[in-house]
Amino acid sequence: MTGAPYTAAEMMTVAAARALRNDDICFVGIGLPSAACNLARLTHAPRLTLVYESGTLETKPTVLPLSIGDGELCETALTTVSVPEMFQYWLQGGRISVGFLGGAQIDRFGNLNSTVIGPYHKPKVRLPGSGGATEIATGCQRIYVVMRHNPRAFVQTLAFVTSLGHGVTGRERREMGIATEGPVLVVTDRCTMTPDADSKEFEVVSLHPGVTREQVRENTGWDIRFAAQVAETPAPDDNELRALRDLNARTSEAHGTVMTE
Amino acid sequence: MSTFSTLSDAIARFVRPGHRVALEGFTHLIPFAAGHEIIRQGLTDLTLVRMTPDLLYDQMIGSGCARKLVFSWGGNPGVGSLHRLRDAVERGWPRPLEIEEHSHSAMAHAYAAGAAGMPCAFFRGYLGSDLAKVNPNIKFITCPFTGERLASVPAHRPDVTIVHAQKADRSGNVLLEGIIGVQKEAVLAARAAIVTVEEIVDRFEGLGTNAVILPSWTVNAIVAVPGGAHPSYAHGYYARDNAFYVAWDAISRDRDSFQRWIAEYVMTARPGTFAERVRAAATPRPA
Repeated sequence: MTGAPYTAAEMMTVAAARALRNDDICFVGIGLPSAACNLARLTHAPRLTLVYESGTLETKPTVLPLSIGDGELCETALTTVSVPEMFQYWLQGGRISVGFLGGAQIDRFGNLNSTVIGPYHKPKVRLPGSGGATEIATGCQRIYVVMRHNPRAFVQTLAFVTSLGHGVTGRERREMGIATEGPVLVVTDRCTMTPDADSKEFEVVSLHPGVTREQVRENTGWDIRFAAQVAETPAPDDNELRALRDLNARTSEAHGTVMTE
Repeated sequence: MSTFSTLSDAIARFVRPGHRVALEGFTHLIPFAAGHEIIRQGLTDLTLVRMTPDLLYDQMIGSGCARKLVFSWGGNPGVGSLHRLRDAVERGWPRPLEIEEHSHSAMAHAYAAGAAGMPCAFFRGYLGSDLAKVNPNIKFITCPFTGERLASVPAHRPDVTIVHAQKADRSGNVLLEGIIGVQKEAVLAARAAIVTVEEIVDRFEGLGTNAVILPSWTVNAIVAVPGGAHPSYAHGYYARDNAFYVAWDAISRDRDSFQRWIAEYVMTARPGTFAERVRAAATPRPA
C-alpha cells in the first residue's frame, strides 16, 4: 500500500486479478474479466494458463484483445483448437479450474443475465446473449464474476437467467446434482463478495478503501448482507498499478493506432 | 468436386430464397464479400445460422434477407449492440425476425453433429438456464448408461454453408489457418458449400502434416476474393479493421444512415472492392 491515487475501476481489476493463482486454468470472458486475467499473469501469477473460447490454449497476449477472436490471441497461444473441440474436450471435459465472467445483471445467488431486459418475446433491451457463458457457468470448477456495481446491474430479480449461479433459491445447483462449485467470488468497483456457505447468498466480505456500507446498499437492488467481519480491500500497490496502466497503454496504442486509420 | 467460379455465379447457383444458410467464421475469416453478394441478389426469407451474427448478419438482417436467425451471441465484439438485429427483434424492422437462440456450446455441438451425419447433438449444457424455456429446440435426454440428464439440440444441416479461407490450390482443396472456429464442421454439415479465398496457389507449401484442409470433394464452389473477409481479418494476410467495427455503431444506429451505407458500399460495389478496402485500412492516415 503506497497511497498512490487510483480509480475505482483500477481497484476492481486489481482485486479481481488477485483471486487467480499460478496453477489455475482460466476460461476468460471478454472485457473486464480479460483485463483482470491478464493483469494476474503480468503480476503475481506468471504461470497462470488462459484460454479463450475462440480456441486459443495458453495464450499470452501482450495487449488486451478487442474481440474474443483477435489474431493476437492465436499468435501468442501454445496452440489453437477448433471451437467444437474447445467446448467439448476442454470445457465440458472438466479441464478448466476457473471461469471468469461478467454480465449485464446479477442477483443475490450469483445467477447472471446477459440475454434480455424485459419480457423475452417483447424485449425492452435485447442484449447479446449467452455466448459461452451458459456452459462456462456449470463446466468450470468454480466461477469468479467481475461487474460494475450499480442498481441496474445488482438486481432483486433477474429478467432472464442466462447462466446458473446457485439458482433462484440458492439450492438449485445442489438439487440438480451439478458437481462444480459455481460462483464463489464477485468483485465490483465497490467491494468483494463471497457466498454464505449454507444459504449461498452473496455477502460483502471486503469494502474497497473509502467505500461505505451505505454506498454498497444504495447500489444493490436487494437487501445486501455483510459478513460478520468486513475487511478493507488492500489498495493497489505500485507494482499492480504500473502493470495495469502499462497494459492499458499498450492496448490503446495497439487498438488506437488501428482506430485512427 | 469443387469448381472455380465467380462470386455472383456461385451465390446464384447454390443459394435460393427460403434456404437455411450458414456463413461462418469465429471473429476471424468472416465471409463478408459473399454476404454482400446475397444482399445484392435480393435473396429473402433466409434462415441465417451463425454463432456470432457480427456485422455481416446485422447488414443482411437490416437489408431484409432474413426470416429467422439461429445464433448464440449477437453483439458487436468489443463495441456493443448490433443495432439492425435489435431493431428487427424489438421493432420488427425491416421485417419481423424469428429468433432461435442457443449457447456457443450448443451451436458448436450442433455443427459437429451435422458434420457427423447425426440427427441431434447431446452434451452437458443449459443446466438451470432460461434459454431452455424460450427455445423449443432445446430438449433434455437421459443417458442410458448413467442416468445423467443431458441437453440435446437438432444437428445443424444448412442448405448452404459459406466460409472464407486463406488459400485454395489448383486442385480445389482449401486451407484454413489461425482461429478456425466451426468452419470445417459447418462445411461438412451442409448440403452445399461455397468457399471464398484470399488467393489460389499452384500447391500448398511448407505445411505440417495436420493442417486444416477441406478436400476439393467437400466443397462445391471456390471463388478468389482477396480481402473478402474485411472488416474481419485473414490470419497471415491482413488485420481486423477494428476502426470499422467501432464506426459501424454510428452507421447502423439509424435506419437512414444504414440504408445509405448499404446503397454505397454493397449495392453499387463489387467483390473486387474488398482488396481496396483492406489496403485503405492498412494505410495510416496522416496525423
